[in-house]
Amino acid sequence: MENQLTAEEITKREMEFDAKIAKGIVVEPKDWMPDRYRKQLLRMMSQHAHSEVVGMLPEGNWLTRAPSLMRKAVLLAKIQDEAGHGLYIYSAAETLGTDRAEMIDQLLSGHAKYSSIFNYPTLNWADMGAIGWLVDGAAIVNQTVLAKCSYGPYSRAMVRICKEENFHNKQGYQIMAYLMKGTKEQQEMAQDAMNRFWWPSLMMFGPHDTNSPNSGDLMKWKVKLQTNDDLRQRFIDRTVPQAEAIGLKIPDPDLKWNPQTRHYDFGEINWEEFNNVIKGNGPCNRLRMKQRRDAHENGAWVRSAALAYAEKHGK
Amino acid sequence: MSKSQEWPSWEVFTQNKNGEAHEHAGNVHAPDAEIALMNARDVYGRRQEAVNIWVVPSTAITASTPEDVGSFFDPANDKMYRWPNYFKTPDGIKQI
Ligand SMILES: [Fe+2]
Ligand SMILES: [Fe+2]
Repeated sequence: MENQLTAEEITKREMEFDAKIAKGIVVEPKDWMPDRYRKQLLRMMSQHAHSEVVGMLPEGNWLTRAPSLMRKAVLLAKIQDEAGHGLYIYSAAETLGTDRAEMIDQLLSGHAKYSSIFNYPTLNWADMGAIGWLVDGAAIVNQTVLAKCSYGPYSRAMVRICKEENFHNKQGYQIMAYLMKGTKEQQEMAQDAMNRFWWPSLMMFGPHDTNSPNSGDLMKWKVKLQTNDDLRQRFIDRTVPQAEAIGLKIPDPDLKWNPQTRHYDFGEINWEEFNNVIKGNGPCNRLRMKQRRDAHENGAWVRSAALAYAEKHGK
Repeated sequence: MSKSQEWPSWEVFTQNKNGEAHEHAGNVHAPDAEIALMNARDVYGRRQEAVNIWVVPSTAITASTPEDVGSFFDPANDKMYRWPNYFKTPDGIKQI
């Protein structure tokens, strides 16, 4: 559509678009939107959808070894929700004109990113607690804000997802709380999971605002409503008391309540590690991609058989 | 998998409770209506959000376009008398 418009017309429409956003009007799929808005949204939404899907793998690792049938049923339901989240967001992203198959291709060919947190291994059962509590907790902070973003389909998907995330968060915290009431070994297991997942959870909010090149436009267009650093701070402020309540230590010697700012001060994140994981050199990047590709390829015959059946029976 | 082999998209409408209207929930990909219904149940009804589901091929939906928003819906604008509060009633009159 944009090709048929003159540069002048585009500028005019962009100004109208910006004014509309400033007024808080929600953008719907068929509305005119600047090319960069569409591209940025598509990048963000597909990354988000990929994260939900790849995020099933670290937890899937513990399904067969959950300590009880109840824990197994809960974990299974939680993972199934994540598959659903992936679908909601892919479906919202498709409204921007790229179909799901193309997005999945980009993931499987290694061209698309997903959240770096899922490239860390899950070494013990307490990791299921740490993930639900910390990783889903961080996701909630992020997604609650995204639920108010300017793109209708994305915002509606987030509203739906947020309702389900609280279950994820609580079941994780309950695993941790339960272990902290257990034997010394169980307490150590919980603390060990905490030590490994705390910093990567903080990294989930992305680089410092000063290092976040896309933030300006995204904020102007209300795709992002709060900066990475603000969201990270909010997560820390709400999580530290939860850790203290069950006797878990935050693995950060610089963490301290600041009565002036009424926030927790905290130590510097290891950005070198963050960049390394993003570049593909985290502990599990290759494994995760291999698992995704295998799952996709091994399911191919089911997809074609179902389609062949539908065609044959004229459905 | 080539493009032509992709499962088509279906729009999903869910009825939350008996007696309520169906509402658009989102979409699913499925090879046929039967599997579309099952996928819709798994994706949009895991927590009793639906007592009934409709699936419709996405291509079967015709929508009004945002560009027409003015002219298409305009006739309603200057007919404020369609709303009851357009009419003033004498003081003291109740139940109307
Ligand atoms: Fe999720
Ligand atoms: Fe979750």
